Amino acid sequence: MAINKESNVYTVIFATLMVVVVGGLLAFISTSLKPIQEDNVRNEKKQLILKAIGADETKSITREDAGAEFKKYVVKRLILDYEGNIIEGTRLTNETAVDIKNAKDAFAVDLKKEYKKFVQPLTNKFEGDALKLELAKEKNIHYPLFICEVNKKRHYVIPVMGKGLWAGVWGYIGLEADGRTISGAAFDHKSETPGLGAEISKDFFSVQFVGKTIVDEIGNYTPVKVVKPGTGVTQPYVDGISGGTFTSVGVDEMMKRTLVVYHKFFQNEDGKELLTKI
Amino acid sequence: MSEVAVKEKEPLFSKKNKKIITDPLNDTNPVTIQVLGICSALAVTVKMDAALVMSMAVLAVLIVGNVIVSLMRNMIPGKIRIIVQLVVVAALVIIVDQVLKAFVYDVSKQLSVFVGLIITNCIIMGRLEAFALANKPWASALDGLGNGIGYGIILVVVAFFKELFGSGTLLGFEIFGSQGKTLADSTGLYSMGYENNGMMLLPPSSLVLVAIYIWIQKSRNPSLQEGH
Repeated sequence: MAINKESNVYTVIFATLMVVVVGGLLAFISTSLKPIQEDNVRNEKKQLILKAIGADETKSITREDAGAEFKKYVVKRLILDYEGNIIEGTRLTNETAVDIKNAKDAFAVDLKKEYKKFVQPLTNKFEGDALKLELAKEKNIHYPLFICEVNKKRHYVIPVMGKGLWAGVWGYIGLEADGRTISGAAFDHKSETPGLGAEISKDFFSVQFVGKTIVDEIGNYTPVKVVKPGTGVTQPYVDGISGGTFTSVGVDEMMKRTLVVYHKFFQNEDGKELLTKI
Repeated sequence: MSEVAVKEKEPLFSKKNKKIITDPLNDTNPVTIQVLGICSALAVTVKMDAALVMSMAVLAVLIVGNVIVSLMRNMIPGKIRIIVQLVVVAALVIIVDQVLKAFVYDVSKQLSVFVGLIITNCIIMGRLEAFALANKPWASALDGLGNGIGYGIILVVVAFFKELFGSGTLLGFEIFGSQGKTLADSTGLYSMGYENNGMMLLPPSSLVLVAIYIWIQKSRNPSLQEGH
């Protein structure tokens, strides 16, 4: 008996079967590969944090090794609020394993989500001091801090998140034990233009930050500026990417907006205590 | 029964089959002659390595998609055949994307949205509709191979010139020397005042390059020129 392929019944049955089979197949593949994919994302974050420390030991740790090496170097992690105070119950040491489901774990803080939900609406509306006031009001923004130890020397790693030309740009800034000199930096992006904005993830860009300070001689906060190559400014600056102006501006903005929180932290009791107790 | 002539088995690489592979490389090239898949030829050609991976991904989806649709060609209801093709391609692309994310994370990051955009690559739907629906699986696989390579050639040729003149590198290796902040810091061509062409990094330059390719191709083969 020949089936009438053009009948409506056949068409509907075919479509239903196809959707069920394809849907089931995709769901199966997605769930079975998910753990590996999440591991990749986590390890990449660990790799960037270790790279941002800027020490020779941690600079070239591969993504595969970062998962295991992270515990060795990142000894403590905690979360700050906008005033630079440590949020209750967020002090963790490397004895506690990284748990992305634990809201009190600095590693679990999803900066991308927070940036989209809380920060971006504010940066779109406000500027300068008004922005600072609004950011201070927003209690749901977390500022994670990773305290690392390499060769008995302490480092602080600060995550930053901002907006590039097409989508998010983010990075990690490593500070020396004095809490003011940058020891390393690592940047990444979602979809900046290859060859232009995407160059921020290259080493030649991030090494420029090494040795720059975020505090001037009299102790005021001076963010490192990202400027067009050749522009002279008085405060510490690095050269932006030619042809990647929007991305460079994004890096400049996110560092300026975020690092001030950590500057405040190092002025607070807890921060000062950290700085003196090496 | 005896009068039924035993159909001679066609060799795997018969003349006809070879033609299926070689034609899309030149005379029926999907990008330069059929002007399909231009979108990704413009966007994924800034770096050679991304272009290579993109070509491989499209090649894989094209071959497998062609074979699957060809196997199902006698079952697919005519009314919803485009939707069926779309589902097959979309499912394959999602699988490719997931596998890339799990096992070659760096590559998947580099291609980012472009993997998803393979779904909308006109070459794939075009070949499914024009060839796989009417031909046997093996011929369809060869057709996918030919068109995939034909697409890949254009991508790689365009990426070669864009990366060389846009970034001064090929596959990430510096070809013209390295550019420092001043002439004194630079080496190779850059020390003589050479500058990279920023325009080459942007999508419009691909249009120019593809057009030059078509020009050369058509001037060498007058039969491709539209007759007047």
